[in-house]
Amino acid sequence: MTKRLKIGVLYSRVRVEEKWIFSAMEKRGIDYERLDDRVITFDLENPAPWQTFDAVLERSISFNSGLYALRILNAFGVPTVNKASVAEICGDKLTTSTMLAKAKVPQPRNMVAFSTEAALEAIESFGYPVVLKPVVGSWGRLLAKINDRDAAEAVLEHKATLGSAQHSVFYIQEYIQKPGRDIRAIVVGGNVLTAIYRKSEHWITNTARGGEGEICPITPEIEALCLNAASAVGGGVLAVDLVEHPEKGLMVNEINHTMEFHTAQPISGVDIADEIVSYVMNEARKGHHGKE
Amino acid sequence: MLNANCPECDADITLDPSAEVGEIIVCPDCGVDLEIISLNPVKIDLAPMEQEDWGE
Repeated sequence: MTKRLKIGVLYSRVRVEEKWIFSAMEKRGIDYERLDDRVITFDLENPAPWQTFDAVLERSISFNSGLYALRILNAFGVPTVNKASVAEICGDKLTTSTMLAKAKVPQPRNMVAFSTEAALEAIESFGYPVVLKPVVGSWGRLLAKINDRDAAEAVLEHKATLGSAQHSVFYIQEYIQKPGRDIRAIVVGGNVLTAIYRKSEHWITNTARGGEGEICPITPEIEALCLNAASAVGGGVLAVDLVEHPEKGLMVNEINHTMEFHTAQPISGVDIADEIVSYVMNEARKGHHGKE
Repeated sequence: MLNANCPECDADITLDPSAEVGEIIVCPDCGVDLEIISLNPVKIDLAPMEQEDWGE
C-alpha cells in the first residue's frame, strides 16, 4: 500500500496566495500541515519530526527565515519547493544577475563595486540616469534612480553611512526607458503558466507599488526567455520579471522564488495555486521513491 | 460572531466568514494592517511592520 504523502507549508502571513494554496490542498484531500515560521523551532540534532514531511512548500515572507529553514530541511533530506540553492540565488538580486550572466540570459547591464569611490566611478562610466538596487529586498523598496552626479554622491554616502553592511555592496544597473510596464511570468517546473503586464506611470512597476495588471500573451520568445532564466537559477516555482528594452528587446530583470500572484491568478484565470500544489506533490513523490 | 474592534482606531470590523488565523486584513476606517490572532474568540492585533528582508 502506498503511504499517504504529508506536506508542510511554511508561511509567515496568510496572504491571499496562502489561502488559495491551502484551499487547493484541501480540495485535493492532501494531508498537510501549516507551519508558522514565527512558531517553529529546529533541533539540529533531531531531524526526525521534520523528516515526517515528504515535501515542504516555503512561503515565508522573510527571506532570511525562509532561506535558513530551506537549508536545514534540505540538510535533513526533506525535499522543498523551492530548493535552498534556488532561494540563495533568487533572494539576492546580484547573485541572480550573476547566474543569468553565466547562462547568457539577456538582462540589463549591471556593475558592482564595494566602495563609494569605486561605485561613483562605475556610475559615471554608465552615464545618467542609472539605478542603484539593494541586493536583498523586494516590492520595489529602496530602489534609487540616480539622475546626476550630485544625486549619486548623496545616495552612495547615505547607503554607506545609514545602511547595514549589505548596503555597501553597490549594485548598479542600467536605467531602462521601458514602455510604462514590465512583464511578470509565472513558471512552474518546465511550464510558463501565464504572464501579465504590470503597468504604472511610475518607473517602478511592481503591483505592490500600485502597478496594474493586464494579460500578456506568451510568445515563443517570452516562453524561451523565461524557461532559460528559470533554468539558470535552478528551476522550481518562480516568477520571472521581464522588461522591454527599447533597443535590445526583452530581458530578464529579476526572479522571485516565493512569488505573489494575487494579480496574475484572477486576471489570467489560471489556477496558479493548484499548479504549485501539483508541483509540490510531484517533488514529494520523487523524494518518497528515493527513500524506498 | 466574527466582530472585533480595530486596536488603532476602535472601528467596528466584521470578518469575512472565510477569514483565517494568520490572515492580514486592512481596517476599513484607518487603513492599518491587522493580523487575525484567533477566531474563537475573535482577536485581532496590529500586524508586524515590514522588515528589510520581507518580500516575495
